Amino acid sequence: MSDIADRVKKIVVEHLGVEEEKVTENASFIDDLGADSLDTVELVMAFEEEFGIEIPDDAAETIQTFGDAVKFIKEAQA
Amino acid sequence: MFDLTGKSALVTGASGGIGAEIARALHAAGADVALTGTRQEPLDALARELGSKAHVLPCDLSDDAALKALPGEAAGAMGGLDILVNNAGITRDGLLMRMSDEDWDRVLDVNLTAVMKLSRAVMRGMMKARWGRIVNISSIVGTTGNGGQTNYAAAKAGMVGFSKSLAAEVASRGITVNCIAPGFIETAMTDKLTEAQREATLVRVPAGKLGTPGDIAAAALYLASSEAGYVTGATLHVNGGMAMI
Ligand SMILES: NC(=O)c1ccc[n+]([C@@H]2O[C@H](COP(=O)([O-])OP(=O)(O)OC[C@H]3O[C@@H](n4cnc5c(N)ncnc54)[C@H](OP(=O)(O)O)[C@@H]3O)[C@@H](O)[C@H]2O)c1
Repeated sequence: MSDIADRVKKIVVEHLGVEEEKVTENASFIDDLGADSLDTVELVMAFEEEFGIEIPDDAAETIQTFGDAVKFIKEAQA
Repeated sequence: MFDLTGKSALVTGASGGIGAEIARALHAAGADVALTGTRQEPLDALARELGSKAHVLPCDLSDDAALKALPGEAAGAMGGLDILVNNAGITRDGLLMRMSDEDWDRVLDVNLTAVMKLSRAVMRGMMKARWGRIVNISSIVGTTGNGGQTNYAAAKAGMVGFSKSLAAEVASRGITVNCIAPGFIETAMTDKLTEAQREATLVRVPAGKLGTPGDIAAAALYLASSEAGYVTGATLHVNGGMAMI
């Protein structure tokens, strides 16, 4: 697993208080990991800080799963 | 009780009667305060009076660029921003039939839109800190209405709906959003009343006197405190019994 995925996973686990095994590629923050809409906003804020990137609101809306987040951040950093 | 040591507060309209008194109360409870308004000189005077832990940040809230910069400047000066008091307000009274678009827009911009923009800007820091207080100074007329003040009353009532909605959004993060609705308070705003208007007003106040800025400041201190953590989406009416709502 890439370094980015590890760092994203750590944030998700800490923020949502879920077990690491549950944070799989297709795990939806809201449907599978119990996040509410404010949690998703906070996750995006945490990603922005961790990776030093800007995630505009329309892009944030497309980040629904753990896999979406990793993909977005990889592309933003490329 | 009501110890704000280590907290940082931004008070808009701190050059005015009520705002200055709110800043004094928060400062006396131990908070760092950032004082804002358009007139530098009364802000400087207040900062001198308070001594340390008072920062002057002039800003015209109807200037979008200045408004955008303000929360960052305040957080920079104080090392954080835990308490936002939206107290700045203006009136442009007149019957609706004669009201210009400009008088409507101006009042809505300063009294309501600026509240939204400042609140939005401070949210990130408060969410991270899991603690925040937003205190919005509304008005009795937002609830009762008042002929000649359609613009002002709409803005002040809008503030209440805004506060309740935001309160619902962020309550789970330890952030409260409340309003204070003053009745008639002795300040520059009410000095404009003629003696006859004053008498006519007092007849409607069971307490038999105008309120003071200190009456509003005490309410603001309470709502800003940790002790008020379970109070959110509320409007605290401070009006001497003029309207019991
Ligand atoms: N007095 C009352 O009886 C009463 C009753 C109900 C509600 N209120 C509310 O209480 C609040 C404080 O009123 P007050 O009685 O203390 O009135 P005030 O003495 O006239 O103070 C108004 C404050 O708002 C600031 N302000 C106005 N336009 C601004 C702008 N464009 N940008 C930045 N700051 C601006 C003023 O700053 P500058 O002067 O430096 O521009 C001043 O500090 C207001 O929201 C008012 O609606 C008052």
